[in-house]
Amino acid sequence: MNNLNHGVHHTTPYKVISVIILLVMAFLFLFPLYWIVTGSFKTMKEINSTTPAWWPSEWVLTNYEKLFSRRSAPLFSIPIPFTDEVVTGPTVPAAIRWLINTVWMAVASMVLTCITATMAGYSLAKKRFVGRGLVFTLIVCAMALPKQVILIPLIREMNALKLYDKMGAVIFPIVGWPFGVFLMKQFSEGIPGEMLEAARIDGASEAKTFLRIVVPLVKPGVGALAIFTFINSWNDYFMQLIMLSSTSNLTISLGIAQLQAELSTDYGLIMAGAALAAVPILTVFIIFQKYFTQGITMGAVKG
Amino acid sequence: MRRSSMSKALVRRETISGYLFLLPSLIFFVGFVVYPMIMCVYTSFFDATMGKDRQDIFIGLQNYKDLFKDPAFLKALKNTLVIVIVSVPVTCAFSLWVSSAIYKMRGPIRSAFRCIFYLPVVTGSVAVTVVWKWMYNNYYGIFNYIGKGLGIIEKNINWLGDERFALGCIILILLTTSVGQPIVLYVSALGNVDNSLVEAAQVDGANDLQVFWKIKWPQIMPTTLYIMVITTINSFQCFALIQLLTSGGPNHSTDTIMYYIYYQAFKLYHYGYGNAMGVILAIIIAIFSAVQFKLAKADTSY
Repeated sequence: MNNLNHGVHHTTPYKVISVIILLVMAFLFLFPLYWIVTGSFKTMKEINSTTPAWWPSEWVLTNYEKLFSRRSAPLFSIPIPFTDEVVTGPTVPAAIRWLINTVWMAVASMVLTCITATMAGYSLAKKRFVGRGLVFTLIVCAMALPKQVILIPLIREMNALKLYDKMGAVIFPIVGWPFGVFLMKQFSEGIPGEMLEAARIDGASEAKTFLRIVVPLVKPGVGALAIFTFINSWNDYFMQLIMLSSTSNLTISLGIAQLQAELSTDYGLIMAGAALAAVPILTVFIIFQKYFTQGITMGAVKG
Repeated sequence: MRRSSMSKALVRRETISGYLFLLPSLIFFVGFVVYPMIMCVYTSFFDATMGKDRQDIFIGLQNYKDLFKDPAFLKALKNTLVIVIVSVPVTCAFSLWVSSAIYKMRGPIRSAFRCIFYLPVVTGSVAVTVVWKWMYNNYYGIFNYIGKGLGIIEKNINWLGDERFALGCIILILLTTSVGQPIVLYVSALGNVDNSLVEAAQVDGANDLQVFWKIKWPQIMPTTLYIMVITTINSFQCFALIQLLTSGGPNHSTDTIMYYIYYQAFKLYHYGYGNAMGVILAIIIAIFSAVQFKLAKADTSY
């Protein structure tokens, strides 16, 4: 549609200037990332130089070696149910464990959120029952409130539930956050009522209707919600900060923040950590960018 | 007609299945969002200092009274308002400008720009913050190097350690991490503007600026409103930047409410006091959102 107009538009000075400004801005937005990645490969001398090295004169791995040798943790630790015993893996650099923790946390939040939100969104959009309006109002109100306000009561609750310093303490509140339900309700509104009616007349059970008809229809929404939850939980630093504390339970963001607090001037080492934290999530984002954009726009409709 | 003859059994089936589908989500929502919210208000009326194994003591509104006599809180409130008042309009204006410059570009180019402006959000607050800390560094930072090279500053400035600059430096980082989502939203909103109206106006001889203000601006108003509300909420919650860069210093010049809540609750274990601040913060955000709604409503015919 826009392509039709292309021929009509003329190149005005304003347009040239705006493209130039746009390119400069894009460069400035990319620069911190560039600085993290190149910085992580620079020598100590180049990093602590008052004249910045715009490009590493030699690429070294010393920063990564230092990062990996700094602390260690078991590769995994799985508690055996109903006993006090814990199975632990071989000792590895703590940063590796932090990455594993972060991936586990983000994937668990994502899967749980997608399942619960798809079910609830379908129910709110297509079922008619007493109390539906109340639940939906509560959800919209909760979304308008600052998330961090609930953190203090949450930490006491997690202490009481013996979840403090466990991944569950970070995962459960993310799953509870009602944005996903809201998003999936928007997607589920589009399911044709006749299809559900037909399934009912055919005698399909509720579960079957949900799995065979609803889920395939709202798949794009689930995709958007999945990627959205994955990225947001990966980066939910505040929640991780107050809920997790022992070295082997940290996420990568927390680990880097701790390193930064301990050795605030070893920028090479810190950049190596920052690169380790940022590159995986950026890769995920770039691959799934399309779904992500969809999720943001859908969540805002009628927001 | 069919509705009224719908058997009671069917209504009951509908209700039961409706709640069954809601149940898993409701458990998490009520358990880890609604319950903490209620507890936040409830605990704010108590002296709830942790770690001494003692019961909370009911003190009525004392926490609230103390708050407004606490100079550190008032300073934090003022800083937070400065952040919000600067970052909300700048974020809206900048993202609207970028979006109107890119929304007519070809698909892949538009996606590339949109993606670049979103990168700082995805990179994560910790990684973004540590690299900016390096860039702001007194000796090895590129800001001082470039500033001196261009002759803007005479000698090295300790950006984050100087009361005059610290808050501004933090706002700058905050801006780079808050325009991503608004740009995505504006690009989609501008793409949905009714083109027949635009063309009709152009036929009538309206210039680009008139077309923008008279036709596009009213149509994207709901998006602007939404962006203002989410940016306000995000700016009020500015925390990671403060905690990692300045810890509220120098001399409380970068304290924000969110950071002060963290400090009171998780450093001093004044849970009740922290909760009272949380309640105040929620009320302030609600007022801001309501005012924005009012203003936006008055400004449009919707």
